[in-house]
Amino acid sequence: MPTVHFTDAQGAVRDVQGNAGDSVMETAVRNGVPGIVAECGGSLSCATCHVFVREDCVSQLPPMEDMEDEMLYGTAVDREDNSRLSCQLRLTDDIELFVTTPETQV
Amino acid sequence: MGTHAAAQPTSVTAGAQTLPTRTGLLIIGASQSGVQLAVSLRALGFDEHITLLGDEDHRPYQRPALSKEFLQGTVESESLIFRSNEYWAEHNVELVKGEYIVRIDKEADGSGVAHASSGREFPFKRLALTVGARARKLDIDGGDLDGVLYLRNADDALALKARVGNATDVVVIGGGFIGLEAASSLHKMGRNVTVLEFGPRLVGRAVGEETAEYFLQAHRARGLDIRLNTSAARFTANDAAGENQNSVAAVELQDGTVLPAQIVLIGIGVIPNTQLAEQLGLAVDNGVVVDRFALASDGTTVAVGDVANMPNPVPGSEPGERIRLESVNNAIEHAKVAAYSLTGRREEYAGIPWFWSNQADLKLQIAGLCNGYDRTVLRRDEERGKFSVLYYRQGRIIAADCVNAPLDFMAVKNALAKGRNIPADAAEDTATPLKTITTDS
Repeated sequence: MPTVHFTDAQGAVRDVQGNAGDSVMETAVRNGVPGIVAECGGSLSCATCHVFVREDCVSQLPPMEDMEDEMLYGTAVDREDNSRLSCQLRLTDDIELFVTTPETQV
Repeated sequence: MGTHAAAQPTSVTAGAQTLPTRTGLLIIGASQSGVQLAVSLRALGFDEHITLLGDEDHRPYQRPALSKEFLQGTVESESLIFRSNEYWAEHNVELVKGEYIVRIDKEADGSGVAHASSGREFPFKRLALTVGARARKLDIDGGDLDGVLYLRNADDALALKARVGNATDVVVIGGGFIGLEAASSLHKMGRNVTVLEFGPRLVGRAVGEETAEYFLQAHRARGLDIRLNTSAARFTANDAAGENQNSVAAVELQDGTVLPAQIVLIGIGVIPNTQLAEQLGLAVDNGVVVDRFALASDGTTVAVGDVANMPNPVPGSEPGERIRLESVNNAIEHAKVAAYSLTGRREEYAGIPWFWSNQADLKLQIAGLCNGYDRTVLRRDEERGKFSVLYYRQGRIIAADCVNAPLDFMAVKNALAKGRNIPADAAEDTATPLKTITTDS
């Protein structure tokens, strides 16, 4: 089963089991993970599901498209090299992802 | 007001179900604003039992995808569900589905009993109305034929989806967000789509002239037949005797033109659901009138989201100016205001209103409210398909409509949130990123 480990800005970790095909954002929201707002529900319009992906996990993820790249310039906490919008990250079977949520999303 | 000692509801057993005799907060309306209110209250430490009641037979779900991804079949209904059942159970929020409240008896202290059409009663200490709005009906001949549809909730979307397979021609009435989103989806699904707009331009209320014109040209270029200043006179069924006699077959326009249509989708705006507020004697004027803490005129009931008529939350707006906003963003932000209010920590609404609408490959993002602008700056990059209009009032930026231009949208949204400006003259150079010319005053 895919698992996402969410670390918040204070360092608290929450492990959430997801379903293959769901996005990291959906997995977080359904389980009430704080730190993911996702106002637009995943339509790449709001940039409030920003996460930092642990470096060694980046290669497991689909490459970033232009729209996501541009939206990341509008995140509440400035983007880093390992920034992604979690609505664009789909879980695959047995993937294990480590992400950190920013201090604020809005 | 203040937080009370942890009060677990005392319970009685009714049939197989255990019901609280008196919930701490009854939230009527289980859509975006109702869900957000419950979630925000728990985040703020509100520890009373919450009942989240909706009249649909679905778990609370997100609506925006209904006219887009859900209709096109690219997302499953399960992924529209806001929160897992486990989440609600863990957070002591009781979900009630399929109950329609018809009357409320309320005491001066804010407590009372809500009566459902089923006969069930829901006693509460405090009440929240997050009842949203309903589709405005088009009352013309043939309006009750099968295939004349509206799109407001999941059942509407399922009904529409079920008919698409047998349809070749669709007429969409209303060139607003819902109409254009659904029209784009149906066109993408291979249907001939005609959009009838009664007014002289598209998305009349929500965007400015330049944006409306851009959308008109863009949609026509993508294959939608859009007719402005046009209205339907009546809907007609098949003349031939047969099983389709009750199904819509055509739309007859005021000028006599007849357009074939196996589906007519009507999206001509919404009406706030103020019936319960009126029955309660609350002040109502294009929505439930609330103060800046989301409190209705009785001082105890909160009203949130599409149904609420509130003081304009935009910094710098005219004193006394009121507004009713229909948007996901407002449902969320206004619910937060109400949550602070209910927990005795009144905070003013400080969010910048924003909206989005995805239509075909056109991603519209609107930041701020453009009412009362005196200057616009157009930023258009034909080659990259980007288009933005910035709105100014007395030299200050107040809003922007951005199409496929997230950088512009984000720059304006952030500037507005921080009270900063983007000087109009500098913004005219399309090659300059707005972020780099944002100033402190």
